[in-house]
Amino acid sequence: MPVSVVHGHKVWQRRDRATALKHWLGWIVGVCLFMVCWRIIAGATNWFFVWDAPRQGSEFFGRLFPPEWSYVVELGRPFWDTLNMATLGTLISVVIALPIAVLTARNTTPHPLLRALGLLIIVVSRSVNSLIWALLLVAILGPGVLAGVLAIALRSIGFVGKLFYEAIEEVNPAPIEAITATGASPTQILSYAILPQVLPSLVGVSVFRWDINLRESTVIGLVGAGGLGLQLDAAVNALQWPRASLIFLVILLLVLLSEATSARVRRSIT
Amino acid sequence: MKAKVPLSHAPCPRWSPPPLIANPLLRWGLLLMGGLYLLAAFSTLEINWERVAAGMSRSLQVFAGFLQPDFASRWWEIQSGVLESLTMTVVATVIGTALSVPIGLGAARTLTPLPVYLFCRGMIALARTFQEVIIAIFFVVLVGFGPLAGVLTLSFASIGFLAKLLAEEIEAMQPAPLEAIRTTGASWLQLVTYAVMPQVLPRLVGLITYRFDINLRESAIVGVVGAGGIGATLQTAFSRYDFDVAAAILLIIIGLVWATEVGAGAIRRRIQ
Repeated sequence: MPVSVVHGHKVWQRRDRATALKHWLGWIVGVCLFMVCWRIIAGATNWFFVWDAPRQGSEFFGRLFPPEWSYVVELGRPFWDTLNMATLGTLISVVIALPIAVLTARNTTPHPLLRALGLLIIVVSRSVNSLIWALLLVAILGPGVLAGVLAIALRSIGFVGKLFYEAIEEVNPAPIEAITATGASPTQILSYAILPQVLPSLVGVSVFRWDINLRESTVIGLVGAGGLGLQLDAAVNALQWPRASLIFLVILLLVLLSEATSARVRRSIT
Repeated sequence: MKAKVPLSHAPCPRWSPPPLIANPLLRWGLLLMGGLYLLAAFSTLEINWERVAAGMSRSLQVFAGFLQPDFASRWWEIQSGVLESLTMTVVATVIGTALSVPIGLGAARTLTPLPVYLFCRGMIALARTFQEVIIAIFFVVLVGFGPLAGVLTLSFASIGFLAKLLAEEIEAMQPAPLEAIRTTGASWLQLVTYAVMPQVLPRLVGLITYRFDINLRESAIVGVVGAGGIGATLQTAFSRYDFDVAAAILLIIIGLVWATEVGAGAIRRRIQ
């Protein structure tokens, strides 16, 4: 126990001298790093606009209200498109991620090389945000809902695949052994020993991702992939703030809806 | 006359696993509704096949770009954009943590009175509702184009993640030390310092490393609406069909995300 001697008395200390110094050094390096980074940010900032922010903010909120309610009739189609991008994207990603997860999980992979390939696909898909996937796909396929569906799907494969394969790796080995002992084929083992164990978490993960995707599909339209984001982009570029505020309200509604649905489904599973 | 069926040929009832949804009406109803929805969704999916076919040749260019990424011709923009993204991530994670710890403490029902709890939960819900890019639109209007808007966006969005999970962690922790410290007559601040923090600190550090990771990814896209970082450069590259430059940027992003993921994993393993 680290003890220092003050006036002849032994005093307990939390850390001995070397660890305390290391601790302080860590803090100093961290603070310096933060200061350097802040300098760079501050240097790239136009402070005149920042000091103007309170006035800008109050004017901005003044322009947002009241929302242009009559615009809501034009939002029906984008709302439907946004919902579809999230739902179809999630479905496609689940269908693709399931075999990838089986190939990647340590206990079901047929070959370590396939496992490495699966991990690579998962990492690449996860590192690239759906907005960036949308940029790429809009450039290839042209603007539209299709690019949005595929962007959502490509981003979700990594997320869903990672959680799927982790769920498969955590299964109880006893049922697998039992089913194997009956002389079952690998596909039978998969469907009778592994799938029943992971099914609740598969459904949970899919619904969770659907919830996230609904939020993301509201914005990928900003780069041309359809849905509410496209309308938002048009409204913001034309400085039609009453329309933008109505779109924000619709997005809020959509998010609340999806959160309630996903919470309900996940509660009923577990 | 009844035909005698040999025992070995008796029809064997096939066992099948129990369905996920026990109520058959609900099960078939959900399936039917799902099928109808899919039909409606696919039929309204307007696909311009000519445009898609034309795009196929472009996808070859994208692949060629990934095989031969062009780091050199726009190196200056790429380098400053990546640096901006990284600094935004660091600053936003620090500010986000500084904001999230008090809000997270306030949002733990075991520690705070109801009004404070409701206020803090409201803040968290607000930060979680909107996607980062939408928050970025707000901050760009407020403080102008540039990385400061991105920093504010990511800091604000961090609250929704860090404070929420911190609060849940505090609510789930062992009540015994809390009670023990409380019986010594400790003030609220002493309670937090001696009973709460020692228990949740390792988890908090883990959450911060997670959020750092997320902030790095998000810092690459808030540039699309003018909030700084590499996103603007990436969007320009795509809109000019400079796929080799875009590929270079994407490879840098993937590399950075991968590096932070490995680093964050190492930190989490050391602490927990």
